[in-house]
Amino acid sequence: MLDVGRHPNIDLLAYSEIEKVEGQAGDFTVTVRRKARFVDESKCTGCGACEGKCPTIVSDDFNEGLGTRKAIYAYFAQGIPSTRTIDADYCRQLNGKKCGICQKTCQADAIDFDQKDRIVELNVGAIICAAGYEVFDPSQIPEYRYQEIPNVVTAMEFERLLSASGPTGGHVDRPSDRAVESEIAEFEKKAKKSEKVVANFEKKYESNSAEFYEKFQSGQYKDDKDRVKWADKYSENLVIVESLEALKKKAETFATAKRLAFIQCVGSRDFRFYPFCSGYCCMHSIKEAIVANEHDTETTSTIFGMDIRAVGKGFEEYKIRGGNNSAISYTRSRVAEITEGQNSNPVVTYEDTRERKIKNQEFDMVILATACAPSAGIVDLSKLLGIELDDYNFIKTSPFSPVDCSIPGIFVCGCAGAPMDVPESVAQASSAAERAAETVFQYNFNKEKAVA
Amino acid sequence: MPDKKEQGIKIGVFLCHCGSNIAGYLNMEELEEYTKGLPNVGFVQRNLYTCSETGINEIKQAIKSQDLERVVVASCTPRTHGPLFRSSCGEAGLNPYLFEMVNIRDQCSWVHMHDQEKATNKAKDLIRMGVAKAALLEPQEPIISEVTVRACVIGGGIAGMTTSLSLANRGFEVVIVEKEERLGGMLNQLNKIGPTMIDAQTLVDERVREVTEHPKITVFTKARVTLAQGFIGKYKIDIETETGVKKIDIGVIIVATGGRVFVPEGLYGYDGQRVITQLEMEGRLKNGFDKDVKNIVMIQCVGSRNEERPYCSRICCQTAVKNAILIKEQNPEVNVSILYRDMQMYGVENEGMFRDSKAKGVRYINYNPDRPPSVDSEKVDVYHSLLGREMSLPADLVVLSTPLIASEDVHEISHILRVSIDENGFLLEAHVKLRPIDFATDGIFLCGSGHFPANIREAVAQGLGAASRASIPLSKGSVVVEPIISVMVNEEACRGCGMCAALCPYGAIEILTNEKGRKAHVIDVACKGCGVCAATCYQHALSINSFTDQQIEAQIEAFLE
Repeated sequence: MLDVGRHPNIDLLAYSEIEKVEGQAGDFTVTVRRKARFVDESKCTGCGACEGKCPTIVSDDFNEGLGTRKAIYAYFAQGIPSTRTIDADYCRQLNGKKCGICQKTCQADAIDFDQKDRIVELNVGAIICAAGYEVFDPSQIPEYRYQEIPNVVTAMEFERLLSASGPTGGHVDRPSDRAVESEIAEFEKKAKKSEKVVANFEKKYESNSAEFYEKFQSGQYKDDKDRVKWADKYSENLVIVESLEALKKKAETFATAKRLAFIQCVGSRDFRFYPFCSGYCCMHSIKEAIVANEHDTETTSTIFGMDIRAVGKGFEEYKIRGGNNSAISYTRSRVAEITEGQNSNPVVTYEDTRERKIKNQEFDMVILATACAPSAGIVDLSKLLGIELDDYNFIKTSPFSPVDCSIPGIFVCGCAGAPMDVPESVAQASSAAERAAETVFQYNFNKEKAVA
Repeated sequence: MPDKKEQGIKIGVFLCHCGSNIAGYLNMEELEEYTKGLPNVGFVQRNLYTCSETGINEIKQAIKSQDLERVVVASCTPRTHGPLFRSSCGEAGLNPYLFEMVNIRDQCSWVHMHDQEKATNKAKDLIRMGVAKAALLEPQEPIISEVTVRACVIGGGIAGMTTSLSLANRGFEVVIVEKEERLGGMLNQLNKIGPTMIDAQTLVDERVREVTEHPKITVFTKARVTLAQGFIGKYKIDIETETGVKKIDIGVIIVATGGRVFVPEGLYGYDGQRVITQLEMEGRLKNGFDKDVKNIVMIQCVGSRNEERPYCSRICCQTAVKNAILIKEQNPEVNVSILYRDMQMYGVENEGMFRDSKAKGVRYINYNPDRPPSVDSEKVDVYHSLLGREMSLPADLVVLSTPLIASEDVHEISHILRVSIDENGFLLEAHVKLRPIDFATDGIFLCGSGHFPANIREAVAQGLGAASRASIPLSKGSVVVEPIISVMVNEEACRGCGMCAALCPYGAIEILTNEKGRKAHVIDVACKGCGVCAATCYQHALSINSFTDQQIEAQIEAFLE
């Protein structure tokens, strides 16, 4: 990323979208909308001081909604360019409220609430589409109860939980436990507020609430409106404190997830959704299980899959190493159902196809290895570019020209063309660069020939 | 060691506030005062953001107006901002290598946010060390080396031909060295290519024609590279051909040597007649297929995913499925059973073929490697690990899916080019994820099944990719190398022991014999400045520019002050 940001031959138009494409191989005109960030890229140094001061808290997409960010933000910490962006949906100033704190904080004078979208036109020789993919939404699979059971997460969510820079600092805290913890935080706030109210009464009447309340319950002060209020507030406080204590007691038993289940082919190799194999998910699960075990050696993982497809260089060896050294067991099965058992523990129901037995197994957490779905905007983009898609809405190519789209001069690399892993994407990126360079060379060559 | 204070070098130090990222946690006034008192420091300036246009201009102005001879910036990480400050020094007329960077943010202000005093003291230590080193910095000049604009592609299979055509279409001269009589590699032996079932021969003939007709491509068949001397941009290679040795100057080399099929001698009664390999099956399908064969059993993972060869060879499942489909298409009455461990039909196209084959009636039987199938003269016995019982499958023909293994000459190639191979004998890329088609050595690239078994789509993609990587030095015409590299500082001391050459991961050191005897010689263009050689040299004959023993000792001494 850094290399891209710094390369003298690369113009990075981040936060931009294509509006129109005209022309042909060697001579395209591309109209690009540069969306308003409300931050002047030429002034912003990426120091992030604004983020620290911004009062508006927004759910963090990058962390799969498991954490929060501010209304002025960088999508993630190492993002290039490091220029911050104001989220116009949430920013108080942009929504007519009084704020502007970021503007006051920014010592580089980079905040510009009046910034507008800009349209730029580019003249280019070739176009490479590297629009990526979408993570399949598993809520479409009723039997896995992704929405209902908090401790059923996607592989991408688990990736964020495992990340040292993620919302849990790399500890595999269970979502059900995290929900209780945020409830505790809420109650603590409430308790503090209510204690303050009660304390004011105590000060006013120079007596202890508990003693007062005893008297009140025995029938005294029933006509004193203020004291009735005191009694109300005090009993309210008692309820809050009690609930808080109960939650805290519950939280004492919380531990990070140690028994993990990974379920393969969630949305892939499934005729209801995507019949294809997404290719990378088996290795992704193995990697996550190995990392979880590195983080906490008590972690054990079971990977449920029909075939474990470890087909890349060193992959089979990695899979075996994971089994031997990282407490991973591989169970040949397609999981039938996930239910919720005791203690918010998900229970996996499956047929162990080698033993030919239906089994139930309880885990601390279940991770769904979701399919590689085509990018959400790919249909619109393909129309803009005039290129064909395949049956599943990946960009169509042929095995003999694996990065050429149906229109000359337009190329594809990475998961926009088909699901693939990192090494293959990197190799393909170079392939697409090569085809683009060839296109430009041939165009210039023919033009020179025509002149001569 | 010369006394730093007596050198009289004027150092300018710029202290960055990074908004409040640094200034919010360190006492900048105190830091400024302290820095002014350091030896050789003649100028100190604080900037709100040293990296902003204003900050950069302040550095440039100070270099000129204050006659600064060294510049130290105390700010963030050299990874992101080092190149900017360095080049700014150059723009102001100061040799860019007379610049030193000190990180008082990432490992100082950020991690010690809650203790201003100690954090400020740590910043003082860091700055003092940077200044001590800066005083001893020497100017360096970038090394520029010409590139011979010609590529050598070793191996004329589909990957090698793709890479060659691509480079040639961009106007570069290409020399293909193919050991066989004919271009095309393994593709010559194949029948049809999945999933489109295009005729392999048609594809190979078309590519061979394009290659041989291309004015920029020279093809040597029945030839091999026997010697390669030099480095990126300047290789001299010997090609042994039937008509003698050709000596050619080359700029870059692409290794597309491919793999070969493992022959399962002694396994499952392999005889090349009734028990054959999947590659032999391709031949039979190509040349018309015996009408009497009614029952075919294919066995997967023969000679792979075992102790001897632990890897999964990636392409054998798709080959088996493709052949099974072709058999079924020729005659749906033929029974085809595939005995497998895991069906590795990754991706969109392969899984599609897998589905198609099931619809056509191909039978899949899961076996456990602990209870492998056995083949006798009429049938194959297998324990069906999902049904939990023994089965007997009549078999007129048994097809063994054996892995691709490294080509027989991979060790020779690895030796000649000084590139690495992995534990399975495949060519070892520079980085498994980030640089899958480069070697660690600059100027040499790889593609195709020599790297790891690849299908046609993957081999073509890698071929194009390798062409792209190789075209970078070719189109630039020269390579510019950062001068922070290993240098021979005391040739007298060098005893030519060769330890440095053996350890250099980039093949950047050679041992040459001159009038003084055996001496190490650094190929500066190939050196990455990693410092392994200097650390190894017990004679202290080698040193790294900008990281000399003297400079590092000065830093350590300053720290201990």
